[in-house]
Amino acid sequence: MTELQKTPARAAAPGGEESFLSVRDLRIHFDTDDGLVRSVDGVSFDLAKGRTLGIVGESGSGKSVTSLGIMGLHRSKRARITGEIRLDGEDLIAAGPDRVRELRGKKMAMIFQDPLTAMHPYYTVGQQIVEAYRVHHPQASKRQARARAVEMLDRVGIPQPDRRVDDYPHQFSGGMRQRAMIAMALVNDPSLLIADEPTTALDVTVQAQILDLIRDLQEEFGSAVIIITHDLGVVAELADDILVMYGGRCVERGPAETLFDAPEHPYTWGLLGSMPRLDRELQDRLVPVKGTPPSLINVPSGCAFHPRCPYAELTGGRSTEETPKLTEVAPGHHAACHLALAERHRIFAEEIAPRL
Amino acid sequence: MFAYIIRRIFAAVLLLLVVSAVTFAIFFLLPRLAGETVDQLATQYIGKNPSPEAVQAVKQNLGLDQPLYTQYWNFLKALVTGAEYTFGPEPATCHVPCFGYSFKNHLEVWPELSKRIPVTLSLAIGAAVLWLVSGVATGVVSALKPRSIFDRISMGIALAGVSLPVFFTGALLLTVFSYEWPILDNLEYTNFTDNPLMWARNLILPWISLAFLYSALYARLTRAGMLETMSEDYIRTARAKGLAESKVVTRHGLRAALTPIVTIFGMDLGLLLGGALITEQVFSLQGVGQFAVQAITDNDLPKILGVTLLAAFFIVLCNLVVDLLYAAVDPRVRLS
Amino acid sequence: MRRSRTVALTAMAAAAVLVVTGCSSSKKSDDTKSTSAATGTEAAGGSGANAATKNIVNASDKKGGTVTFEMKGTPDSLDPGNTYYAYIYNFSRLYGRPLTTFQPGAGEAGNKLVPDLAESLGQVSADGLTWTYKLRKGLKFDDGTPITSKDVKYAVERSNFAPDVASNGPTYFKELLVDNETPYAGPYKDKTGDLKSIETPDDTTIVFHLKHAFADFDYLVSAPQTVPVPQAKDTGADYVKKIVSSGSFKFESYEDGKQAVLVPNTNWDPSTDPIRKQLPDKIVLKMNIDQATIDKDLLAGNAQVDLVGGGVDPQTQAQILQNPKLKASTDNAYGGRLVYMAINTDVAPFDNIECRKAVQYAVDKVSVQTSLGGPIRGQVANTVLPPDIPGHQDFNVWETKDNKGDEAKAKEALKACGKDGGFSTVLSARTERATEVAAATSIQAALKKVGISAEIQQYPQGKYLADSAGAPAFAKEHNIGLMMMQWGADWPTGYGFLQQIVDGRAIKASGNSNLASLNDAAVNKLLDDAATNPDKAAREKIYGDIDKKVMDQAVYVPLTYFKVFLYRPDNATNLASTPAFSGEYDYLNIGTTK
Repeated sequence: MTELQKTPARAAAPGGEESFLSVRDLRIHFDTDDGLVRSVDGVSFDLAKGRTLGIVGESGSGKSVTSLGIMGLHRSKRARITGEIRLDGEDLIAAGPDRVRELRGKKMAMIFQDPLTAMHPYYTVGQQIVEAYRVHHPQASKRQARARAVEMLDRVGIPQPDRRVDDYPHQFSGGMRQRAMIAMALVNDPSLLIADEPTTALDVTVQAQILDLIRDLQEEFGSAVIIITHDLGVVAELADDILVMYGGRCVERGPAETLFDAPEHPYTWGLLGSMPRLDRELQDRLVPVKGTPPSLINVPSGCAFHPRCPYAELTGGRSTEETPKLTEVAPGHHAACHLALAERHRIFAEEIAPRL
Repeated sequence: MFAYIIRRIFAAVLLLLVVSAVTFAIFFLLPRLAGETVDQLATQYIGKNPSPEAVQAVKQNLGLDQPLYTQYWNFLKALVTGAEYTFGPEPATCHVPCFGYSFKNHLEVWPELSKRIPVTLSLAIGAAVLWLVSGVATGVVSALKPRSIFDRISMGIALAGVSLPVFFTGALLLTVFSYEWPILDNLEYTNFTDNPLMWARNLILPWISLAFLYSALYARLTRAGMLETMSEDYIRTARAKGLAESKVVTRHGLRAALTPIVTIFGMDLGLLLGGALITEQVFSLQGVGQFAVQAITDNDLPKILGVTLLAAFFIVLCNLVVDLLYAAVDPRVRLS
Repeated sequence: MRRSRTVALTAMAAAAVLVVTGCSSSKKSDDTKSTSAATGTEAAGGSGANAATKNIVNASDKKGGTVTFEMKGTPDSLDPGNTYYAYIYNFSRLYGRPLTTFQPGAGEAGNKLVPDLAESLGQVSADGLTWTYKLRKGLKFDDGTPITSKDVKYAVERSNFAPDVASNGPTYFKELLVDNETPYAGPYKDKTGDLKSIETPDDTTIVFHLKHAFADFDYLVSAPQTVPVPQAKDTGADYVKKIVSSGSFKFESYEDGKQAVLVPNTNWDPSTDPIRKQLPDKIVLKMNIDQATIDKDLLAGNAQVDLVGGGVDPQTQAQILQNPKLKASTDNAYGGRLVYMAINTDVAPFDNIECRKAVQYAVDKVSVQTSLGGPIRGQVANTVLPPDIPGHQDFNVWETKDNKGDEAKAKEALKACGKDGGFSTVLSARTERATEVAAATSIQAALKKVGISAEIQQYPQGKYLADSAGAPAFAKEHNIGLMMMQWGADWPTGYGFLQQIVDGRAIKASGNSNLASLNDAAVNKLLDDAATNPDKAAREKIYGDIDKKVMDQAVYVPLTYFKVFLYRPDNATNLASTPAFSGEYDYLNIGTTK
């Protein structure tokens, strides 16, 4: 398995660039009263500076847990984290919590799903940005920090930033709050930005603006970006590479274009089918992925997706017994599925593609 | 903000008026509705050998022969402008705020009542500081390490504290520290201005017994509040900034968790200032609470009315302060 | 009834008490329990249990120290002219001298009336209508001004004729003294006039003119209402804050509801006062102290006296009884009260004496005693007059074996009454008094056994005499045939005790104390004889006869003679439980060795 994973992982960083973030066989398990929760169970990927990785999956697929793991925000004693997370060559799992804290907010930053709850209601937007800045720039005066906050607000497109800096989060609209969150995240010029469902809580017109903003800022700052979402539409806009997670594992990974044009995994098909497309004629109805996400305590044997997979029977029983390995199906494109390659392509071409 | 304050003060005064009217009605109107005659009412204040002249004199002196609304109006008027009465050779002035005079010994209510305030104030504030510090600290530590040994033990003690009445803990403390091992014997209230050390020494047992009850309550409240706050998204954000955990807890967690506690604290303090009846009784402190108990025992209506209004005043005042504080603490309140 | 301790606010007339010394004079069979509880270990030197009911314990002339009095609640007033509590009658003598008072002493010695401000007891005219007192020479107030008979006259006027200012005390003088032609309105309303029936021919003489003869007048002037008050210093209701002293101590400070501090009065001259000693440097009275704290302070010697004198609380009592050493420092004294049940002769079938007899026989007094707190709290009673009132005679008209009731005799009486099938009635009690209700329940059970069904009705004590049990029309209308009650006297004589409860002419439409509505010509006549008989011994004989006559009528069921259980701190001196003040210690000369 290691061998099989490593080779394709390298290929995920095209252009021979040295990968800035490198995750290897990351496992995050939680010991609960009900049993061991395998939230992330052997995930690997690489990300280079200036590139954007989209992690896609349903809730409970392990995508947010992965991102919090990278940030070192799993504080519970019951969390067991193994594997390797290398940020700019430094292993974050091996590093002490204090070192990770130093990096947090400075070298890697994160923006969250709901900007209203993610900002402290009792402090002004400015105070919160200033705080973020001064943690990592203790020598900066309050005045400097404030100027920096105003500058950042300006950069994320807040009108009259020198006045709005003293407003409280509840005085901002949803979109402005998310812009402020982004300003806060970027205030220390992080090399890695993780955006966890950055647009889910916003209305559609604002979503596009925020996505544009992230893209613009990435170009400007040249940082590596991870976008976590359940919405393929979001990553379609932004991501260079896409990683599809299911039941704590990576089921498919590849460059965005390939993944959209020739998805390999039946789960990815399902996700694509449930995505509204503006560039196509309206379907009768969206086709959701049937069934519910798996329990992370009792992950189904074999392929975790098999209880929901319409094609499970075509694998001759392997799907219930054997865990499928992530294999390269095209350059830089990997999938973990028992279906024979030809069979998959046939099904996609005949049954899936026409309905997308 | 200014308009908000004015509005709140106005509402507070209105509330006090309503309280006074209701109290007045309870003590003066209800007995009449229940069929008690004015003479019977007057007779109660004479007690023995109520000759008709005596009853008449009392009726006149108390204005019991006037219609109730007039009596109430006179009561309010006296509160604001003072009054004059004759209980002796010369007419005397009942100074503002005039709550009238005791039926039992014909002394002015307010001077006697106001003397009790420092006692209750000392008791309440000392205990409040004690319980706030110990309760909140215990609650925070418990919440940060839920299910730890500390958490389990302190929450166990807290449960005991909530369940044990003051007359038990107070009597226990008194027996142990004043009589068995007389470290703190001869307790009697000393004015802070006279001798701050004696003031504290003589109040420490009442403080502890009162604070024990409340700190238990506050520890549990704080713990619950902190547990909830610490799972908020903005705490995750604070950590994501790279803030040190201590700052995350104090600046972000505690600040938010304390807000509801401030509200409850205001209510509790207000209630206590109206008289910590049991504690004052157990420790024989001549505070507002004991004044109330005595007034009720004697059925001394002006005293009861006075102490009720004072208690209501403290509660309303504390609520007002809490509301203003709340607005200062939580910016979201200001606009609404 | 003087309010001894926390007793009713409503009562109207009577009582203080002669504490019978220990158990020697008390009775036989029914009494064994209380005797054993009371005796305990008795040391030879005058200490030991009940010692202060016989002698002055720790008699000493040692000066200095602070004597601390503590009390539960607050007194009605420390103003001598505005109080009705036995313990303030007692305590006020420290700072105020009435015309007469009781000699500090234990048992019968304490019941002796002696002149105080007066140089001798009153001189009564032949017709019994004029009483004259001469004041001692050289008397001064604490400010050095001389005390004159006018100050005494003024004190009586302000305490009896200004009910809207001095409303707490009784108004015996007002009822007894001849009024002016136009009724006297009191010194506050009538600033120039005075009461003509009190004459002060000179500064040391005071003469009282009575409407009718009153043999107990010397007792009446022992009330603090005759404590002199200088008119110029009287501020009415506020006088309590600045009381001018005529006694051995004067006020250093007074804080209403909190405390009073007394210091020696330097203008008090011991040569004018044969009974006061002026021992401590300071006397502190602390008010509003929790009873449990008072008990602990007494045990620890932090306080010398529980002012109210109602005895320790039940917990402390249990603690003391278990410890022989503590028990040796206690006094179980009569509290000067009779606990009884009145049978209302107005309500059928109690108009028939046979039915009253049935109740007399049916009641199990031992079980009632138990529900009232046992022998320590009262001794089983069979007479109206307690053993500590002069004139008390020992008899038992409706005797039952061991005082436990006699079903057979009761049923016999019922038959004679024509009610062999039994009947129903109502038994009233005061809501606030748990032990009274318990006693009523016990009586209810005993009556049930003989076929009398008594429904217990509770009324608030504040209105018990005014509106319910003490209002004959109400009682009759509500079929209240039986009434729980307690009674004490304002001064320790048979007249003071009996008059209000047995005199048929004392029956009132409201505030009636003659609950049985007894109106017996012979009894009334005897009362009149006693009131005018100048001979003390002859009077006392009459009181015993009245008691007997009343018991023959079977209208009152005596239950217990009330007792208190007091603790004597070792460091308190001159402690004597006095019958004159409900069994309290005499407060005049208490000092401390501390």
